[in-house]
Amino acid sequence: MNNNKDNQVSQNSEDNRVVLDAKLINKSFYDPVQIDVLKDISFQLKSMDFISIIGRSGCGKSTLLYILSTMDTSYKGELYIDNILLTGKTDKELAAVRNEKIGFVFQFHYLLNEFSVLKNVILPGTKLNKKSVEELESIGMNYLKDLGIEHLAHKMAYQISGGGKQRVAIARSMINDPLIIMCDEPTGNLDKTNAEIVFKIFKELASEYKKTLLIVTHDMDFAERTNRIITMEDGRIVS
Amino acid sequence: MRVKYITEIAFALIIARWKQTGVAAVGVTFSITLFIALLGFMEGLNTLLDSLILNRTPHIRLYNDLKISDNQPISMSSKYKDNYNFINSVKPYNTRKEIYNVAKIINQLENDKRVFGIAPKIPTQVFYNVGNIELNGVINGIDVEKEAKLFFFNDYVIEGDYKDLKKIANSIILGKGAADKMLAKVGDIINITTSNGEQFSLKVVGFFQSGMAELDKVQSYASLATTQKLLGKPENYISDIQIKIYEIEKAPMIAIEYSKLFGVDAEDIQTANSQFETGSSVRSLISYAVGLTLLIVSGFGISNILNMLIYEKMDTIAILKATGFDSSDIKKIFTTISLTIGICGGLAGLLFGFLLSLLIDSIPFVTASLPTVETYPIDYGIRYYITAITFALFTTYFAGWFPARKASKLDPVIIIRVR
Repeated sequence: MNNNKDNQVSQNSEDNRVVLDAKLINKSFYDPVQIDVLKDISFQLKSMDFISIIGRSGCGKSTLLYILSTMDTSYKGELYIDNILLTGKTDKELAAVRNEKIGFVFQFHYLLNEFSVLKNVILPGTKLNKKSVEELESIGMNYLKDLGIEHLAHKMAYQISGGGKQRVAIARSMINDPLIIMCDEPTGNLDKTNAEIVFKIFKELASEYKKTLLIVTHDMDFAERTNRIITMEDGRIVS
Repeated sequence: MRVKYITEIAFALIIARWKQTGVAAVGVTFSITLFIALLGFMEGLNTLLDSLILNRTPHIRLYNDLKISDNQPISMSSKYKDNYNFINSVKPYNTRKEIYNVAKIINQLENDKRVFGIAPKIPTQVFYNVGNIELNGVINGIDVEKEAKLFFFNDYVIEGDYKDLKKIANSIILGKGAADKMLAKVGDIINITTSNGEQFSLKVVGFFQSGMAELDKVQSYASLATTQKLLGKPENYISDIQIKIYEIEKAPMIAIEYSKLFGVDAEDIQTANSQFETGSSVRSLISYAVGLTLLIVSGFGISNILNMLIYEKMDTIAILKATGFDSSDIKKIFTTISLTIGICGGLAGLLFGFLLSLLIDSIPFVTASLPTVETYPIDYGIRYYITAITFALFTTYFAGWFPARKASKLDPVIIIRVR
């Protein structure tokens, strides 16, 4: 575990490096009439930022997250991650970027019910194919231990509770040591206690693992404790 | 490692929905089983029916045909050389039926590497005398051992020992139909009249049943020496030479060659029996069509079940895509599922097909016209098994291809949003 942390510290040592840069992002839906969901969104995410995006439902914050995460490709504007222009890249190249540089945590836990917890955690790692299964399993076990759920490692994913699932999803997002971790309403589906646990984990990811975090939420308590809040209204960033 | 993981995900999905995938595999098993049993049975029948004729027909027959002379006297006359000559009512001339220089030809044929074996034969027209009735008949003078080697003569002798034909002088093996008409038993003496009007007494040493009733009413067999005696011909009189070669498809070519080389007429099996080949190929074509239809239907089954699986597992596809698996990985996962169904169902189908063939093979099938057959014939040719598994993989691959493509094109954003 110590080795692991050292690595990450050295990797992220250059503070204030821009890891994500969105320039004039516009997106419209055309069905049935043109609705502009995002209007001239520009912002930067620096290394080790811990940022939350808040706004009313329908303001476009989730849509923005899907664009930033490279899953949604129908937008105007330019998106750079790690100083590489991603706009216009092929599906295969984007999948590789998601795999290596972005970790995901969704509102609904989205684990593969056919697999054990540990297999779920190491799944993105096997796709990246840089480490052997044994190495990945030991790294995965370490994350599970840090999140306090190592006793669940060999249970099937559908056998564990909601809060547990969300922690497994966080461990999965960490497995490839990504540049940015993106979360879509990570506490939206959890009770107060579990939401608190998950928040503490994010805090730890930011401070101890020096991760860059981008969290979409409508939980104000949660947002206020992050380092920076981006407020969205009607498809624009207002503050 | 990646390939391993894709198969692991595929197998996990199969296990999660093992009932549906099991049903799909059973569909493949069923169609492969029927495909193999159907083709094996059909080809077995084809071989049986064809061998009725082909076993007893030489690949090439050398003989002297009755025909009109190519050189009519008038064309030799220098006086009418420049004219067109029309001759009415030309008749064939009286050729000798025997083949000239028979010993030399046989010797040369025996040294030909393409030739499997040869058997001389003298067919002759006779009348069987039954009281004061005369029945039409044909006695074939044969060399018993060579006839047995080439044409399985012994298989068709249903009573008596075929070798007695050579051991006992003036003996005959009667066609079953003819024997029934004459009320003859083995050991009886029968009388015949040759086409020259001479009468002979022959001892019946056995009965012969070819499977074709019309033929059995007429044909009988005697040794070469006996037949030569009937005809009053010397020992070197041979009218037909039957040849079997190693590669039957070369028969027409070799027939032409021998015809030129030996100055005799030569007829190949393809010309003499073309209708049998046609019948066989049409029958196998129909069985292939039925078998392939079964396979295609099971392919639709697989396609359906995969589509259902994709609807049920949309979340899984969305997570895989969100965490960095690309379209081709998703496609590989679903193709793996469908190929696994194909391979498992197909292999089980091969086994059950073989067992069903064994079952059919043990059903009694007795018919008077086929003395050597006791059960339904089955062809266990490995080629049907290879064809079946190849087509099974082919159809399951294509059945899986379209659903797999659909799965790979699913947009994870839409799936995640809808929740």
